[in-house]
Amino acid sequence: MADPMRIRAKMEGDKTVVRVLMSHEMETGQRKDSAGKTIPAMFIQEVTATCNGKTVLSAQWGTSISKNPYLQFAFSGAKAGDKVVVSWVDSKGDKRTDEAAIAA
Amino acid sequence: MMQWRGGALMLGAALVAVSVGAQAQSGGDTIKKIEEYRQALADGNPADLWEARGEDLWKQKRGPKNVSLERCDLGKGPGVVKGAYAELPRYFADADRVMDLESRLLHCMTTQQGMTRAEALKVPFGDGEKRSDMEALSAYVAGESRGVKMNVSQAHAKERQAYALGQKLFYYRGGPHDFACATCHGEANKRIRLQDLPNLTETKDAQKAYTTWPAYRVSQGELRTMQWRLNDCFRQQRFPFLEFGSDTSVALLTFLARNANGAEFNAPAIKR
Repeated sequence: MADPMRIRAKMEGDKTVVRVLMSHEMETGQRKDSAGKTIPAMFIQEVTATCNGKTVLSAQWGTSISKNPYLQFAFSGAKAGDKVVVSWVDSKGDKRTDEAAIAA
Repeated sequence: MMQWRGGALMLGAALVAVSVGAQAQSGGDTIKKIEEYRQALADGNPADLWEARGEDLWKQKRGPKNVSLERCDLGKGPGVVKGAYAELPRYFADADRVMDLESRLLHCMTTQQGMTRAEALKVPFGDGEKRSDMEALSAYVAGESRGVKMNVSQAHAKERQAYALGQKLFYYRGGPHDFACATCHGEANKRIRLQDLPNLTETKDAQKAYTTWPAYRVSQGELRTMQWRLNDCFRQQRFPFLEFGSDTSVALLTFLARNANGAEFNAPAIKR
């Protein structure tokens, strides 16, 4: 089971700025272990963010995203106190969903 | 013959002068750009993930005795975490020795939680899937001193002893390369590849260096602590392996921490 994400969401003017830290190895499939064997790829493939039931961000990721990824994005149409829900699914099918209330 | 030689020497000197000038200029630019890059990174510092896991571990009932670390005394009373790191290393009467954060955590894990030393130190330094509880706990405790001024005491005789030993170690030359800590960290404007080396004999550099560890190392994807920093410096010096939490490590840390006194603590930070 993956570690929880750290999500911070804040109103900046009429926009909501969301900052997300995810805990993930993001193996590219290019690295080799100490025995010389290739470490199989394992990375976050899908990222979705919703607010009040509406999808505000949907992304498809690959192996070029760093380990422990940091994602920042902004959207409009929400207000302080609303909840932002972020989820990811990785290439092994492991998933994680966390949420945060939007700060004023 | 003599003339020709002299000419070659002159030419050599001129070339050196030019290349040094160019390097200094682009070096300054690079350093500024790296500084900007670091600032851009700081907002999404993954050290947060370690701090969160560490806080969890701190409160979790663990070990054979099934207790949390919430009664662990880091020097400011049992369970007090706020500001504790800014006063470490310090003398602990119950162990009758000076301890840094990590040796103190180890002490609490063995005495209060009932773990063996080997269990508590199963993964002193994390590596990918092999995660270190020690690093997470250190990140959490250190993070609780953010904004607190460094205030390492020299009141107890053993604290003064540790400082004196640490100072000696800092200048002690040894190993196959005849290296001391001071070889790399005793002069201004030194660097390894693109990394500026802090001159730890100078207050400003010493403060900046100490108050930005522990740190998330981008190149390793791991959070690293002071015990790791010293361990890796010893490795680079080709010194004998530095025992985790040993008196040697604590003495050096006392020297480094005390020299940072007065500066605001600001870690876990992020480094290349």
